[in-house]
Amino acid sequence: MSLSVNGEGMDAMGGTRVLVATRKGAFILTSDEERATWEVDGPLFPGWEIYHLKASPVDSDRIYLSQTSGWFGQVIQRSDDGGKTWEAVGNDFSYDGVPGEHQWYDGTLRPWAFTRVWHLEPSLHDAETVYAGVEDAALFKSTDGGLHWAELSGLRRHETGPQWQPGAGGMCLHTILEHPTDPDLLYVAISAAGAFRTSDGGLTWQPINRGLRSAEIPDQDSEVGHCVHNLDLHPSHPDVLYMQKHWDVMRSKDAGETWQEVSGNLPSDFGFPITVHAHEPETVYVVPITSDSLHFPPDGKLRVYRSRTGGDDWEALTQGLPQEDCYVNVLRDAMAVDRHSSCGVYFGTSGGQVYASRDSGDSWAAIVRDLPAVLSVEVQTLR
Amino acid sequence: MSHTVQVVLPAHLRALAKVHGDVSVEVVGVVTQRAVLDALEADFPVLVGTIRDRTTAQRRAFVRFFACAEDLSHEEPDTPLPEQVASGHEPFLVVGAMAGG
Repeated sequence: MSLSVNGEGMDAMGGTRVLVATRKGAFILTSDEERATWEVDGPLFPGWEIYHLKASPVDSDRIYLSQTSGWFGQVIQRSDDGGKTWEAVGNDFSYDGVPGEHQWYDGTLRPWAFTRVWHLEPSLHDAETVYAGVEDAALFKSTDGGLHWAELSGLRRHETGPQWQPGAGGMCLHTILEHPTDPDLLYVAISAAGAFRTSDGGLTWQPINRGLRSAEIPDQDSEVGHCVHNLDLHPSHPDVLYMQKHWDVMRSKDAGETWQEVSGNLPSDFGFPITVHAHEPETVYVVPITSDSLHFPPDGKLRVYRSRTGGDDWEALTQGLPQEDCYVNVLRDAMAVDRHSSCGVYFGTSGGQVYASRDSGDSWAAIVRDLPAVLSVEVQTLR
Repeated sequence: MSHTVQVVLPAHLRALAKVHGDVSVEVVGVVTQRAVLDALEADFPVLVGTIRDRTTAQRRAFVRFFACAEDLSHEEPDTPLPEQVASGHEPFLVVGAMAGG
């Protein structure tokens, strides 16, 4: 087991570990702090869809991985040695009690049914505690390193639950944020129900979607129904939330009570991931995508946009990224930052490229170009 | 009476169970789909939920069961399997259905 400082795992080797989940297996990319040369290890679990893998901030050797298959269902793997070896842990994601029904695409009601784990969020506070966001939308928690899972069913049982409906990718709980100092305060996001907050460890939940505007639903003031794609926060300002919605980039300065649009001068405010710089709480990254029916960058140019002002004012980051004939997508969990003194930014594409910047986005280079379609990217900073 | 049944798993499940080649399971009493899968899951708990639903015990949609050149996927789970399977002369095959393009 390794030590932890400031929420980042530490070990004696030092360096950077990028955890990449793809449609056909997982890959671990390693480098030193310079991040100039990389080793690519994988595929791990070849042939399986790996939706997400993420390391514990408390123990950098512990990595949780969601392994899924349309044939064989859901498996959760855990590594306790930084990804060298893996053991399958618990995969019983049974809903608490009778699951009830939610809206289907055509407006009919359909019973809640587990499909897969989209996102694993190891706790900031305890290496044995990990959260799982699943489809159909629900939040599960394990306090024994993933061996056993229990649903935090207050979320799914929220009075708005029967109104929730799937987005195009399914009705998934895809984003889980833990407050940096209060383990009982969590934020989650569900496509296409919206964002929710609990302050009692998941017993009760409050929709936090006031101020969101979504042309796809008839009532703009609806408490739920908004297709939130991703959330992020900086641990030094945990009440400031950033959101990439289906359309619109949003910011809340009051823990989600109200939201303001900060799309500003983006060429498109449709997109999937949103990520905050490791050291600058108001520096935010998005990857504009043309539209909900055109899942590729505007004008065939792959551009990350950075705001140093918490949104509204955005600059295109293009150096080292393809600026013609590029028609890949970047999914919601496929962008992350490291915590080196010069912050690294990473993202993976549907075309199998993983791009890295070691200068906060000023310049980019591909670590690897020909992986299967990338579903998620996470980064560990090892010292 | 105990029977040694040979089970052929698809490659992904062999990898998951960390086995190479066919596996043998001991089935006590009548050899049925349910009895074979119960024995398989008892020997390899990691396979619980990957072949059949852990709650309803229904076969997963993209999994098929073959034996003696027959598709037994739609047989009732408590129907006895062919004698050649019970005697260990023919394997019980768990197959990932053809799907995709």
